[in-house]
Amino acid sequence: MSVRTLPLLFLNLGGEMLYILDQRLRAQNIPGDKARKVLNDIISTMFNRKFMEELFKPQELYSKKALRTVYERLAHASIMKLNQASMDKLYDLMTMAFKYQVLLCPRPKDVLLVTFNHLDTIKGFIRDSPTILQQVDETLRQLTEIYGGLSAGEFQLIRQTLLIFFQDLHIRVSMFLKDKVQNNNGRFVLPVSGPVPWGTEVPGLIRMFNNKGEEVKRIEFKHGGNYVPAPKEGSFELYGDRVLKLGTNMYSVNQPVETHVSGSSKNLASWTQESIAPNPLAKEELNFLARLMGGMEIKKPSGPEPGFRLNLFTTDEEEEQAALTRPEELSYEVINIQATQDQQRSEELARIMGEFEITEQPRLSTSKGDDLLAMMDEL
Amino acid sequence: MFRWERSIPLRGSAAALCNNLSVLQLPARNLTYFGVVHGPSAQLLSAAPEGVPLAQRQLHAKEGAGVSPPLITQVHWCVLPFRVLLVLTSHRGIQMYESNGYTMVYWHALDSGDASPGTWSGRVLVFDIPAKGPNIVLSEELAGHQMPITDIATEPAQGQDCVADMVTADDSGLLCVWRSGPEFTLLTRIPGFGVPCPSVQLWQGIIAAGYGNGQVHLYEATTGNLHVQINAHARAICALDLASEVGKLLSAGEDTFVHIWKLSRNPESGYIEVEHCHGECVADTQLCGARFCDSSGNSFAVTGYDLAEIRRFSSV
Repeated sequence: MSVRTLPLLFLNLGGEMLYILDQRLRAQNIPGDKARKVLNDIISTMFNRKFMEELFKPQELYSKKALRTVYERLAHASIMKLNQASMDKLYDLMTMAFKYQVLLCPRPKDVLLVTFNHLDTIKGFIRDSPTILQQVDETLRQLTEIYGGLSAGEFQLIRQTLLIFFQDLHIRVSMFLKDKVQNNNGRFVLPVSGPVPWGTEVPGLIRMFNNKGEEVKRIEFKHGGNYVPAPKEGSFELYGDRVLKLGTNMYSVNQPVETHVSGSSKNLASWTQESIAPNPLAKEELNFLARLMGGMEIKKPSGPEPGFRLNLFTTDEEEEQAALTRPEELSYEVINIQATQDQQRSEELARIMGEFEITEQPRLSTSKGDDLLAMMDEL
Repeated sequence: MFRWERSIPLRGSAAALCNNLSVLQLPARNLTYFGVVHGPSAQLLSAAPEGVPLAQRQLHAKEGAGVSPPLITQVHWCVLPFRVLLVLTSHRGIQMYESNGYTMVYWHALDSGDASPGTWSGRVLVFDIPAKGPNIVLSEELAGHQMPITDIATEPAQGQDCVADMVTADDSGLLCVWRSGPEFTLLTRIPGFGVPCPSVQLWQGIIAAGYGNGQVHLYEATTGNLHVQINAHARAICALDLASEVGKLLSAGEDTFVHIWKLSRNPESGYIEVEHCHGECVADTQLCGARFCDSSGNSFAVTGYDLAEIRRFSSV
């Protein structure tokens, strides 16, 4: 599987998270300056240089559970707080949205355009903060540098890696259901009409050639779809018309977005396997989290800025109800760090994951090649 | 005309890989075996003629070094003249089993650094398989590709006219045509054109190649000349299969369509020709595997990403 998938996964999911938070902040009538502060804080944490450095290292994808931990921390990078039920709903929406975008990308390479769409919109959120804008632009540059030269085959592998990550996820989202892009069984609609991907011909033609390469016969056949040629290619530059609409902000209209979390069904078999397995995160995943989150510079809440709670549901009652009725197999259990051999190490990681502030740590003895402990020393 | 037959349920959905369905027909026992990759496991199941499922089992890739369970990349029944082997590939290595998947007869570990599995080097590994038993030996490594191999097609050695025995395809769209013998000889190379070639078939000296831009190309194996270009699908092709008795070709794409084609040769010029026979839309399903279920091409089966069943069709 591709080791270049994580940055694309993270940035697009992060983009969706910001779209949703922005919409909820407006829906809940949070004062403009507070809302702006929240988005600025989250975006600046997300695009922090050290964090991006860790993200862009070639590496395998980790589990949905591990990744959710990162987003939960990110969502709490400011004065805003989310209850478990709202965080669950947020992650559901984020993942289903990006799954939809990946599935519907005409070409595997178009996932890069989707990423650019997210980043272009994020830049709109922080229009008035030149320092953060610079950070985002830097990430855009890195993306074009690393992904601009990848072959179609490598993008196909990235696409497959992403789809494997999203396999068996069928949460129904009211906006998708309403727009008829998702069926009632949670599957996305795959249209058989519209423009073909850039570089693909409209199906329906057979051409035959002789030994000299000259066309000798041409036949048409009925393909069954209703396709038209692609109008133009989206831009992969730092600025440009991306053409593709996937990855743009579909929440810009103020509308409540429900997620329906289906109960037990055989399609959730593998999803179940992952969440229920009574295993603490593998050491590799803990190392990954420590590396990534160690790179997150969470700002200390400055001054007497009162925090507030954001609700992804329309009422508090709804949020409580959602927490109670979430099917067991879909619960994103809070990470259990098993205090096995190294009590100190586990405590350190628990501290990193739990707190917002990063303070001085007593030096720990390192064993060679141990990522986790090496990370501790840098704090 | 084809009609939708009873589907065979899978324990887990099919992964978004190419060529993600293998079928072994056992007419003597009135059975058909199906193999589908789910992710870290591959599902094998046997079914009776009407699609009634009989037995199911799951195979996993050997762990080897590393922590996360390895993902399986392909499961395939290799029908050799004197025996049938089930081959399972993952980034950690190649596992071979007896055809029912119960006994592992061979394991070849691929050397993998942290992030560069051996298969990605483009090497084609040739194994010597004895008629019985586990004495399988790696006999040759063919160099011809620089990019990861996507598919391999073979046909029994033909007479004087058709010398090509094997075609290998890779992520760059390059095709290599080989003749078997005590050692394999590279006969010709057919360059790619910027898109991967996930699936390839070989029939009576005709190479059928399915590409990432939705096209199917038919080449003359001996010369490497392109004779037919079909704008077959609106998305990447994920699988091709051949009904060798009748020269029917099956193509499945991520555009949810399956098409059946009839390959032939012009009686005067000898040039390769093709005719479209049938198209089927598997609604809202990004296909990932497709196979004929009988050698006359009267029935076929498909798998799709996120689909927890094998969809079967047969002609009326």
